[in-house]
Amino acid sequence: MRRLAAVWHSTLGRHLLVTAAAVLVVVLVVESVDDFRAVQLTQMAYLGIAAGGLTVLTGLNGQISLGHGALMAVGAYTTALLVSDDPVLPLPVALLTATAVTSAVGVVIGAAAARLRGPYLAGATLALAVALPGVALHFGETLGGEQGLRLRVPETPGWVLDAAYFVTAHDLTRSKYVAYLAWFTLVVVYLLLANLARSRVGRRWRAVRDDEVAAELAGIHLGRARVSAFVVSAAAAGAGGAVMALAVRLTAPTGFTLTLSLTLLTAVVLGGLGSLTGALAGAALLTFLPSVITDAGTSAGLDDIRAAELAPLVYGVVMVAVVLLAPRGLVGTLHAGWRRLRNPAVTPDPTTSADAASPGATVATSKGDTR
Amino acid sequence: MGSSARSLELRDASVRFGGIAALSEVSLTARPGRVLGVIGPNGAGKTTLFNVACGFVRPDAGSIHWGGQELRGLRPHQLARLGIARTLQGLGLFDRLTVLENVLVGADPQARTGFLAGLLALPRAGRDEARLRSRALETLDQLGIAGQADRHPGALPYAVRKKVALARALVAEPELVMLDEPASGLSDHELSELGTLLRDLASRMSVMLVEHHMDLVMSVCDDITVLDFGRVIASGTPDEVRDDPAVLAAYLGEAVT
Ligand SMILES: Nc1ncnc2c1ncn2[C@@H]1O[C@H](COP(=O)(O)OP(=O)(O)OP(=O)(O)O)[C@@H](O)[C@H]1O
Ligand SMILES: [Mg+2]
Repeated sequence: MRRLAAVWHSTLGRHLLVTAAAVLVVVLVVESVDDFRAVQLTQMAYLGIAAGGLTVLTGLNGQISLGHGALMAVGAYTTALLVSDDPVLPLPVALLTATAVTSAVGVVIGAAAARLRGPYLAGATLALAVALPGVALHFGETLGGEQGLRLRVPETPGWVLDAAYFVTAHDLTRSKYVAYLAWFTLVVVYLLLANLARSRVGRRWRAVRDDEVAAELAGIHLGRARVSAFVVSAAAAGAGGAVMALAVRLTAPTGFTLTLSLTLLTAVVLGGLGSLTGALAGAALLTFLPSVITDAGTSAGLDDIRAAELAPLVYGVVMVAVVLLAPRGLVGTLHAGWRRLRNPAVTPDPTTSADAASPGATVATSKGDTR
Repeated sequence: MGSSARSLELRDASVRFGGIAALSEVSLTARPGRVLGVIGPNGAGKTTLFNVACGFVRPDAGSIHWGGQELRGLRPHQLARLGIARTLQGLGLFDRLTVLENVLVGADPQARTGFLAGLLALPRAGRDEARLRSRALETLDQLGIAGQADRHPGALPYAVRKKVALARALVAEPELVMLDEPASGLSDHELSELGTLLRDLASRMSVMLVEHHMDLVMSVCDDITVLDFGRVIASGTPDEVRDDPAVLAAYLGEAVT
């Protein structure tokens, strides 16, 4: 028992225990659903991976990005280029390469972003989201233009099939293989992001977010702190994009419009800024809510088109409701409520939750030097 | 304080903001083991002086020296590693970090592990963190606020927040600490506590303070430099400065408490 407590008190021990539990849940869930749901779960995973990166950037470092969809595109196109020709690279290698390439792009964009604040930063990253599909069209030769690139997802390796059969006693379908790949990637990405957020690196990001001048006086190089947050965030977006490419098996400009960037931001705000659990909850909502709403619409007597139009409307309403009623996002609000239940004496302070910050504070304010 | 302790020296520093000369040929030296007070009416250039010494404002002329070495192109984030800490007139606490985390940021330059260790949560990152943590708690304890370690600054009384800011500056054991109006907003009792603390600090480091509270300045400072309209109009021991006619003239109309 004491051993277990000691493990729980080290960051690594705690995070590994949670990781092991997460892997178990992933296996149980993926095994209990049909192929259609497995595809949806895969979508939730790649949105969740990218949203995890965005929530770290916006929640912990106060930088807003409307361009994370474009970073996903970088990861997706890299993956598509790597796995379209024979011989196909092993998928983990392709995934890591895509993440590395996106990180490198993140260095460049992050360096530019580090000089911008609030609306200017939003504008610049927005421009990125809008402009990037154009790159794919311009280099149509290599990037496939409007049609995009098809991926040849390699056969599921034999040992994976054997292992799956050994554990679950039935055959692993292609969709479930991709679902596992997506979710194990998510678990690894979240483990690393959680490690960073808990470390002094994450603390420095949060210090820069809260007060630039004081952070500098504490020896923090503002530019380096901002760029590192952006690169980490870009890496996650790249990994998300790579998984998306493998899942969709087609990488085309239409998959990476501004809508994708906005979807990620929505997920992050809905879940609660700075919280990985929140990012995952947001991704789940965005994945499953549309079909639930559309089904509800049709059963309420709407025709298919009308029913499909219902989803964006409900999104908008939910988004406004969350911002007005639960500015810390779903997870942040539940967290605060739980603490109030356990400890009614402590009055809630709107600024107390370290991992769930209010969206109102996302835009870093630049403060004058003379104070 | 050992024999290797360094002095901070400003030589003929001048700063203009558009039409106004915020500082004109200001020279002063903060020496180890001594408390240097910088006083002057509102707008005299005291905060600007600190900003020059910290690299926030580049002087139009003049130079800054630390331990005899000129600091060229000084940038604020380099200060902590040079052994210089500063508190801000407006506190500048990290509102969404706990008190302990605020102080840990101050201790951060002393960390020995980096990005990779944090990313992988290596055991040595954990040990490093534990070391910084116990150091931060010790500093909070010395200031009598260890009990507030897990609170957020926004929920604390002003005097406690000031101590948090001070703890954040002191946790790195600097050779020089620069305090911008540490006494503002404190009660009489807290003032005398601060006086004792400042004298105690002077036994370990150089202290430089900007302060309006004359009783405190006169009782704790070893040296005083008086600024008015960006110029040094007097400097010397408290006794020398107190009766200086130029100082009295500068403060005429202002309540000298
Ligand atoms: N960034 C700036 N841009 C323009 N003018 C400035 C700037 N910073 C300070 N000043 C001007 O320089 C002069 C000195 O200001 P400073 O803040 O150094 O005074 P101070 O002595 O600290 O005053 P206080 O006692 O009110 O804190 C003032 O006239 C101020 O208006
Ligand atoms: Mg001032």
